[in-house]
Amino acid sequence: MRTKRRALADIAVVLALAAYAIPFFWQLLTSFKPEAELLRVPPLLPSRLTLSHYTVVITQSLMPQALGNSLGIATLTTVVSLAAGVPAAYAVARLPLPGKRFLLLAIVASTAFPQIATVSPLYLLMRALELRDTWAGLVLVHASFALPLTIWLLAGFVREIPIEAEEAASVDGAGLVALFRWVIVPLLAPGLASTALLTFLFSWNEFLFAYTFTVSEASRTIPVALALFPGVFEVPWGDIAAASMLASLPPVVIVIALQRFLVRGLVAGAVKE
Amino acid sequence: MTGREAADRRRALVCVAPTVLALGALTVYPGVWVLWLSLQHRIPIFDVSRFAGFENYAFLAVDSRFWSAAHTTAVFTLGSVALEVVLGVAAALAIHTQRRGRRLALSLLLLAWAMPAVVAAKLFEWLYHPAAGLINVALGRHAINWLGDPLVALPAVIFADVWRTMPFVAILCYARLLAIPADVYEAAQVDGAGRLATLTRITLPLLGRILLLATLFRTLDALRAFDIMFVLTGGGPAGTTETLTVYAYRALFQTLQLGFGSAVSVVVFLLVMAVAWAYLRLLRAGAVAA
Repeated sequence: MRTKRRALADIAVVLALAAYAIPFFWQLLTSFKPEAELLRVPPLLPSRLTLSHYTVVITQSLMPQALGNSLGIATLTTVVSLAAGVPAAYAVARLPLPGKRFLLLAIVASTAFPQIATVSPLYLLMRALELRDTWAGLVLVHASFALPLTIWLLAGFVREIPIEAEEAASVDGAGLVALFRWVIVPLLAPGLASTALLTFLFSWNEFLFAYTFTVSEASRTIPVALALFPGVFEVPWGDIAAASMLASLPPVVIVIALQRFLVRGLVAGAVKE
Repeated sequence: MTGREAADRRRALVCVAPTVLALGALTVYPGVWVLWLSLQHRIPIFDVSRFAGFENYAFLAVDSRFWSAAHTTAVFTLGSVALEVVLGVAAALAIHTQRRGRRLALSLLLLAWAMPAVVAAKLFEWLYHPAAGLINVALGRHAINWLGDPLVALPAVIFADVWRTMPFVAILCYARLLAIPADVYEAAQVDGAGRLATLTRITLPLLGRILLLATLFRTLDALRAFDIMFVLTGGGPAGTTETLTVYAYRALFQTLQLGFGSAVSVVVFLLVMAVAWAYLRLLRAGAVAA
């Protein structure tokens, strides 16, 4: 009796959360609905499913280029941010860094930095350096914006590495590069994964900078392409739904397949001090 | 100083050099530049570029659109954060009671959080559709124009934002709940505490600190929010969803007043810093608890 009630309670929680996710599932269903049935609700369920919206989005819109740009920019942002962040986090966590307190304060302060505050000077800077509408421009801006949180998270993970491992390496006379290559990075792997996921998601989802610094399909990312999705005479709800689903593909994969790393990163960011 | 220490210091400086360079060039330098810009009249299309002192700020003081945006920002932030905290705690408690299916529950919850805000805006634009939107259909065909009616547009935007960001609060609370040792609850049971007493006397106080942190992060994000209202309503109808960030953006890139727009964004910046400072003081003060 008791276990039965428990099982029912468990199912109730899952159902409530499934209801919470209805906005997503409704859009998913819409993306497969025939055009003629989109504005005829009820019935909620379509008479048949169609791939036509996906065909339109893939063959006739700029979404494929935007997907490519987003994949490239988010991946490069993650790589650049980790390449700069890992050594910095190590120095902050383990080395006698002059001005460490000041640097930490700067890092914490810049995680609170509103993007709107730097968008106008960065726009002028991008224009002066001719980095507008390039991958490089967005990668630099995204990576520098993600860097404070990256360092914050990684420094916490570095502190969890047993110090003996490093001491053994330095007794062996390992140089800095070898120390990272053979000791720090392998031991940091799960923490790196968590940090990388959050950085990737940040860059994938970021809108304000991407919207301001891009001009054409050469560098427009997914959120920008989606926000600017064209409708000629009326709003193409089915196509927008299909495009939204493509835009949420990596986040969905991360949430389902890499949940453990994601949750670890989220929690570490808040709890470590 | 020993040779080893000197070598470690050199190593440390090498390690932070790229970070210091990147943050210096792309965060600190623009951060100073925006202050300078905010003291100028800069309207490139009319070839205007001159020093203005505090004129932009003086204008803000009497600019009704600015005060309306400040008011909207305050309502958006308070409404959104309050709802998120209440729903987030409820969701965390619910998932914590689960014996089985927690992974599935977390997946469903995190789905909303992982979406780009622009996607969330598109999902809700469709849900709010006056004729075919799921919400109006569920309400029995009251053709409420959610995004077009000045009375309901801001609540509609808040609701969309809460949907996407509540899971963050829930995850943090859930992680804290996992860290509470089982014997705390056993002791409460032995003492004959009922469910409600356990919740209000034990669970919620133990969540206090993490809730304060979650509220801090969420308040900062809500003050900085831009994508959701920019895409969902563009600040309309009749400016009722125009927050300070949207106003700043429009001044900067739609009417191309680089100086004036920068002044508005400096206000957002100061607001965010003031709130962060206030919360950190609260956290320090409460450091003993939890």
